[in-house]
Amino acid sequence: MVSNRTHKAGGLGSALRKLLTNRLSSILIAVILALAITWVVILVMQAPPLRVFGIMLKGSVGSMSAITQTFQAWVPLVLATCGLMFTFTAGLWNIGMEGQIEMGAICAYGVIHYVTGSSTPGYLVIILASLAGMAGGAFWAYLVGLLKNYGGVNEIFGGLGFNFIADAFLLYLVYGPWKPAGVAQGSTKMIDAQYWLPQVPGTYLSLWSLGLAILGIVVVTFVLKGTYFGLKLKAVGKNAKASFMMGIPTSRYMLLSFVLCGVFGGLAGSFQVTGFLHVLRNSISGGYGYLALMVGMLSNYQPLIGVPISLIFTALNKGATGLVIDLQLDTNFSGVIQGLLVLCVLLMQGVRAKLSKGIRGVQHG
Amino acid sequence: MDVELVDIYKTFGRVHANDGISLKVKSGTVQGILGENGAGKSTLMKILSGFIQADSGDILLDGKKVTIQSPADSVKLGIGMLHQDPQDFPPMKVLDNLIIGSPVGLFPNRRKIIKQFEELQKQFNFAISPDNYIDTLTVGERQQLEILRLLWLGAEVLILDEPTTGISASQKALLFETIRKLAAQGKAILFVSHKLDEVESLCTQVVVFRQGKNVGAMTPPYNTDRLVEMMFGKTIARSERICETQEAVNFKVDNLRIDDPRFAIKEVNFEIRRGEVIGLAGMEGSGQAVILRTLAGIVRPTGGHIYMMDGKEGVRTDLAGKHYFQFRNNGISFLPAARLEEGLIQGMSLAEHFALAEKQDGFMVDREDIDDLAGQRIKDFNIRGTPESRIEELSGGNQQRAELALMRNPLRLLLLEHPTRGLDIESSMYIWGKLKQRCIEGASILFISSDLDEIVHYSDRILVFFGGRVSAAFEASQVTIDQLGQLIGGKGWS
Repeated sequence: MVSNRTHKAGGLGSALRKLLTNRLSSILIAVILALAITWVVILVMQAPPLRVFGIMLKGSVGSMSAITQTFQAWVPLVLATCGLMFTFTAGLWNIGMEGQIEMGAICAYGVIHYVTGSSTPGYLVIILASLAGMAGGAFWAYLVGLLKNYGGVNEIFGGLGFNFIADAFLLYLVYGPWKPAGVAQGSTKMIDAQYWLPQVPGTYLSLWSLGLAILGIVVVTFVLKGTYFGLKLKAVGKNAKASFMMGIPTSRYMLLSFVLCGVFGGLAGSFQVTGFLHVLRNSISGGYGYLALMVGMLSNYQPLIGVPISLIFTALNKGATGLVIDLQLDTNFSGVIQGLLVLCVLLMQGVRAKLSKGIRGVQHG
Repeated sequence: MDVELVDIYKTFGRVHANDGISLKVKSGTVQGILGENGAGKSTLMKILSGFIQADSGDILLDGKKVTIQSPADSVKLGIGMLHQDPQDFPPMKVLDNLIIGSPVGLFPNRRKIIKQFEELQKQFNFAISPDNYIDTLTVGERQQLEILRLLWLGAEVLILDEPTTGISASQKALLFETIRKLAAQGKAILFVSHKLDEVESLCTQVVVFRQGKNVGAMTPPYNTDRLVEMMFGKTIARSERICETQEAVNFKVDNLRIDDPRFAIKEVNFEIRRGEVIGLAGMEGSGQAVILRTLAGIVRPTGGHIYMMDGKEGVRTDLAGKHYFQFRNNGISFLPAARLEEGLIQGMSLAEHFALAEKQDGFMVDREDIDDLAGQRIKDFNIRGTPESRIEELSGGNQQRAELALMRNPLRLLLLEHPTRGLDIESSMYIWGKLKQRCIEGASILFISSDLDEIVHYSDRILVFFGGRVSAAFEASQVTIDQLGQLIGGKGWS
């Protein structure tokens, strides 16, 4: 009754309020807002907006080869996103994902580097490299967790620090012990084709890594939504103190969430080596760690929502490469759109929270 | 400066913190303000010092009506409040603390300020070096600095909220001497305390607050019995003991020592019998909360033993120093007063809470099972909500019932902080009904309450706390309110 009355009295104001407080419509508004600002940015850059969007669409999903490339780039992003779901659920910001991907790549390449020339079968090497990658990522994340739990170092600073260390270590390897013969080029020599993840003929896409990424989504969703472990992790993330009081060993759960996150990051890193670049090179993580953080935020920490969002993000990245050739724009343009999307969605979330506060009161009784 | 508060009303939700309080303090007097926790003392002082605003009522300074919207306003008008915990900046220097919040401009003349500071502290025989860092000072010295700062800012009215907590005896003597000097200078002093001795020795007059009202004033010579009666009321209904207290000793606290920042708690000895309820009385912060948390395994004692008796003669386990989870696994359950901070998890549903609290059965959460269990408990504990209700959507009483419903079976010891605070009578009675059920099943209960009625009503035995000291256990059926009130106020301790 009461809401009816306010409806009539409010008129347009209450309709707008309803639009802003509804979850779906508020996200829609955020997307439109982001696109509108992007439009303005494109105009400022003196490019034709419609053509920019057209090129991006064509470059990402316009052809079979574009689609396979998008999916191929989607694998590391979605893996990293899956990993971050654990730390997000535990209420932690694993900024160190970049470093964990890099360590995964380093360890995977390391295995291949040392078995090259031996008689170990290729598929076994790939499996070993993947496992080594997962272990490397997990270890790197574990260090961040240790610092957080026992050193009182906030995981954001710890993670950032370990990103730099991983970077430096990678550079050292690429320019040092693993430098290919001849002039150093910031990249190792290419691994033997027998150690490549099998690819769909004529494309770069590996069904193996794609399959594992999809499996990753299923596993993460299952663990977080269906198991006691997921439930406890959620409790720790929402209120560590009360969780401890209820008998949950909170620091162990936080550490475990880091390790699991690192496993996924490391796997993404190993696929960068075995499934895509086939070398170890400078900034092999490709910024997927940071991008995954944005995807995680945008998906409201829900793995299944992360799937389409990460796909859109990779499509934007792939699409933007065409802009360089056709319009002489920078590839980083996709980053502008991604950043705007995140900001607009967060902004609308804030607006929604602020407006709903007055509406949804606490029940008394 | 004369201070007059007229007909002050302030409500927090359903609680009438100040229910038409009037108070007049003349310049040159030390006005004592006594009252239980929640009697409305702090609320009134916060209104006078601008931290909160009254719903209605007037504040008059020297007969002139003023409006105080913020602490800055009150400072400008010459009102200074000395908080129970020093409001300073430990990593900064004494002088910087003095200058912060003062209207000396961007570039203060430090040399001049130091000179003023030294002159001021000479008046009161304080000896604080302006170059020291705050975190090197004792609580007493920080308090002295705060007084100097307020005087330096021109305070004519000083509010002191429980100023003797955590300071040494010599510092206390110096503080009292200072207060007397200030009164002699014509300042008006409002001295808030629950310590009867201090109020009686220092104050030129005393008022007592009870349940948000000013219930009476007294001038020397003070009649302690009468003061206690005004503070706590005269008669309290006692319920007949429902739990048959068994003779078997459940826990034995032996020579327990705890280091608390405020005071060292020493030589605590008592027994907890099966099926009995022990109420811990005392003003908030007298040590009862620390003891409760120590018995829960959250605070680690520095010495002594917490023996868990095994029923058989002579078999006992010492839990002191063990991990909190071990206390829990031995059937010791702690219900914190800060429900949404420590007890329950905001953003999670009732069903999820039950899933977490129950013994884990397998790897997977069986949603159906959990929903059934939640539905059953919701019915058993009369919680108004559904398994899907998020915990923050419940009212305080329902949250408290949920906390009780989450406790495991069987339990040996229940430790409760303010089990019925903020709840209506119906909820309180319901909760105590459930608790007594636990007693009949053989559990023991220790609980803290600032409501003396509740303590006398529901306890079998009572321990009184004062400044970290613990009294011998009183049989609740024999103790008088006067006895308890005197002990709570710090009288009658050997």
